[in-house]
Amino acid sequence: MTIASEPNSAPAQLHDSVFLGRLSLESIPYHEPIILVTFAVAGLLGLSLLVWITRARAWGWLWRDWFCTIDHKKIGVMYMVLGFVMLIRGFSDAIMMRAQQAMAFGDANGYLPPHHYDQIFTAHGVIMIFFVAMPFVTGLMNYIVPLQIGARDVAFPFLNNFSFWMTTAGAVLVMLSLFIGEFATTGWLAYPPLSGAAYSPGVGVDYYIWALQIAGVGTLLSGVNLLVTIIKMRAPGMGLMQMPIFTWTSLCTNVLIVAAFPVLTAVLVLLALDRTVGTNFFTNDFGGNPMMYVNLIWIWGHPEVYILILPLFGVFSEVVSTFSGKRLFGYASMVYATIVITILSYLVWLHHFFTMGSGASVNSFFGITTMIISIPTGAKMFNWLFTMYRGRIRFELPMLWTMGFMFTFVIGGMTGVLLAVPPADFVLHNSLFLIAHFHNVIIGGVVFGVFAGVSYWFPKVFGYKLDVFWGRVSFWCWQIGFLFAFMPLYILGLMGVTRRVSHFEDTSLQPWFIVAAFGAVLIGCGILAMLVQFRVSYVRRESLRDDSGDPWNGRTLEWATSSPPPDYNFAFTPRVHDIDAWWDMKRGGYQRPTTGFLAIHMPKNTPAGIILAGISGVMGFALIWHIWWAAGAAFAALIATAIVHTFNLDRDYHVPVETVTAVEDLRTRQLAEAGA
Amino acid sequence: MSSSTISPPAETGNRYLVSGEHHPANGTMLGFWLYLMSDCLIFAVLFAMYGVVGGNYAAGPSPKDLFDLELVAVNTAMLLLSSITYGMAMLEMQRHRVKPTMLWLAVTGLFGLAFVGIEMYEFHHLIHEGAGPQRSAFLSAFFTLVGTHGLHVSFGIVWLVVLLTQLGRWGLTAANRRRLACLSLFWHFLDVIWIGVFTVVYLMGALR
Repeated sequence: MTIASEPNSAPAQLHDSVFLGRLSLESIPYHEPIILVTFAVAGLLGLSLLVWITRARAWGWLWRDWFCTIDHKKIGVMYMVLGFVMLIRGFSDAIMMRAQQAMAFGDANGYLPPHHYDQIFTAHGVIMIFFVAMPFVTGLMNYIVPLQIGARDVAFPFLNNFSFWMTTAGAVLVMLSLFIGEFATTGWLAYPPLSGAAYSPGVGVDYYIWALQIAGVGTLLSGVNLLVTIIKMRAPGMGLMQMPIFTWTSLCTNVLIVAAFPVLTAVLVLLALDRTVGTNFFTNDFGGNPMMYVNLIWIWGHPEVYILILPLFGVFSEVVSTFSGKRLFGYASMVYATIVITILSYLVWLHHFFTMGSGASVNSFFGITTMIISIPTGAKMFNWLFTMYRGRIRFELPMLWTMGFMFTFVIGGMTGVLLAVPPADFVLHNSLFLIAHFHNVIIGGVVFGVFAGVSYWFPKVFGYKLDVFWGRVSFWCWQIGFLFAFMPLYILGLMGVTRRVSHFEDTSLQPWFIVAAFGAVLIGCGILAMLVQFRVSYVRRESLRDDSGDPWNGRTLEWATSSPPPDYNFAFTPRVHDIDAWWDMKRGGYQRPTTGFLAIHMPKNTPAGIILAGISGVMGFALIWHIWWAAGAAFAALIATAIVHTFNLDRDYHVPVETVTAVEDLRTRQLAEAGA
Repeated sequence: MSSSTISPPAETGNRYLVSGEHHPANGTMLGFWLYLMSDCLIFAVLFAMYGVVGGNYAAGPSPKDLFDLELVAVNTAMLLLSSITYGMAMLEMQRHRVKPTMLWLAVTGLFGLAFVGIEMYEFHHLIHEGAGPQRSAFLSAFFTLVGTHGLHVSFGIVWLVVLLTQLGRWGLTAANRRRLACLSLFWHFLDVIWIGVFTVVYLMGALR
């Protein structure tokens, strides 16, 4: 192992000051050059962004039109931006780990001290799940679901804005931990007793707890919001079994969010109490029970992985049927498969710790339920294949990502079934085989799904398609890079290499890690190619423009309106007669109305969401550093602001009929020019 | 689907469009109900925690040594009575009478305050006796479960005061009636949770 010469950068907490709690100049890790350089680069980038916005005089516009917006479309876009920014941070962590593991063999210690390495693998997991995958998924649902059901906005537009800013406040806290203090060194689920006050006395776990609590409130509220939206606001004629599959999977995901996130909230509160008040829930003495934490966090954690994957199953369904030019094969079976997965996802949590010692009968139960989940998932896979069968397949970018998913995800699913066998799991538990498995399903499923969704709906959001060449480059870098990065980990895992290790004695393992590092570099090229793709598409937007609003010959209602859609989405609410409502409208000789528009009732923008979330962020920071007076003040301010907000009844307005007519007339001209 | 259908413009293909302004049903009550169910899950976790570690006294005091059932009975009565008075307030709201609605709400708030007051007295007493939340896992779970419920009631009281102000200012507007109905759900929900706390923690604790 590496020599433990690195001083524990956790600040000594013997003398908490009244004013600043644990916070002092010592909290800034200026003795760690890697962090210092990162800080300098991030600071420069941030500063130049601020200067650029100021010089473009864009602050007022940003504040009014974006930060305070209650438009579900703009909030959706902001979620996606947050996801991409955090993806780059999470990937930086990944490439640092791959580099460290590729070089730290025998006498070589690599470049990362263990304490720093531990923070990196924790931050990587937390960021990728909570601040990359979740914003991506929520962003897609936010943008697309109201359009697909023919609604003008979500059920609670203000809450939507508030949810986004709460998620962002959580992300800001995680980023802050890089430069002030430290992040948790416990792994992404912070198991006690390691995460208890006795073994993690620093601020790292507190950053973890409060970042997740604040973001979790946002996620829960957005779950309630989208559920009510889907249940209450569907266009007339759209029964539950006429909903587009993406809306169906979003419905199930939000059911899971509402039913799982409270468990995370509660268990993190208990851990926080253990750490700050000195209770004994998860301690080793005074009757505490650490395994209770592990059970509870996985009762949230397993549904969470289905929260992430289900909406993407919806995306793949939409993409496959659109680009095969066919109705989706087995709509009803797809819906029921989704529901079955939703229910089963609550009955498998114990497979994350078969080694707890719960006995053969309990382990068998959870092993079998886990294997059963592969049945509805397999049904979905066959539905997609049968949709493609005898279809006129167009290999556009979304379809490319979808096929990459089908290939990759099946491998990940099969290794998952391997891990579901308790005796096999006793051997593979906590090994790199597990790491390979879940990256296999999360990259192959969630990430590829998000990119399929982004390239599918990008023309809807911005009015022009994404550049195909750079999209292909990105796809192949990701697909091949994934195989290089994670196939070696399967092999290493089978050879018994465990996870979260920063140095190895056995030099015969090194070639595998070098191959994996090469794969990570390829994935990095994939991310770069995607950024280039966005840039190139923006520059060439005139030649990529689509005025029809329906560039792919789509099937669902989001393609019935213009690209980008007007604030109010639809001048007239559509009436639905078919699962593929827009397809049915096109086939049935639907004529877009060009006269007779009405004023439209819409919600008003408000700064309350960003203010409340900002105060929550300050409160979180104060709690992390034990600055009690500031936490109390922020809490009082939070309640006061919320109360003041309830006195504001000026929440809606009517888009005047002249505005609606002007917007719709412009669209009429566009359509005429596009020759539609 | 109940939607307005007034003189559809024939040429726009009304088979596919709803004429006029389409207003979906208000989803606030459903949304609030969903929030309550998520809150219920938080309590479920706390109950589960109490169920697992509630017997781990760590050589410290047990429920039998600590709980004063008579005090808890008074406390329970306070909360149950407050639910009844809230019901009276809702009845007055249905009759569109602002003043009696506010009066019953104020009575509800007073019962709520009494409940929180007695609970704080009980907590103070326990901590004074050396049976604080740090003493054992049982006491950690006890204080957290009961305290979380108490915090909810306290928030309910703050909300109630805000709502009283708004009723005084605006009367029984649609928004205020909706808020009253939400707080009503919240208040009765806390009552149901307390029945669980009273049974599982206090009664079963005294039997243990």
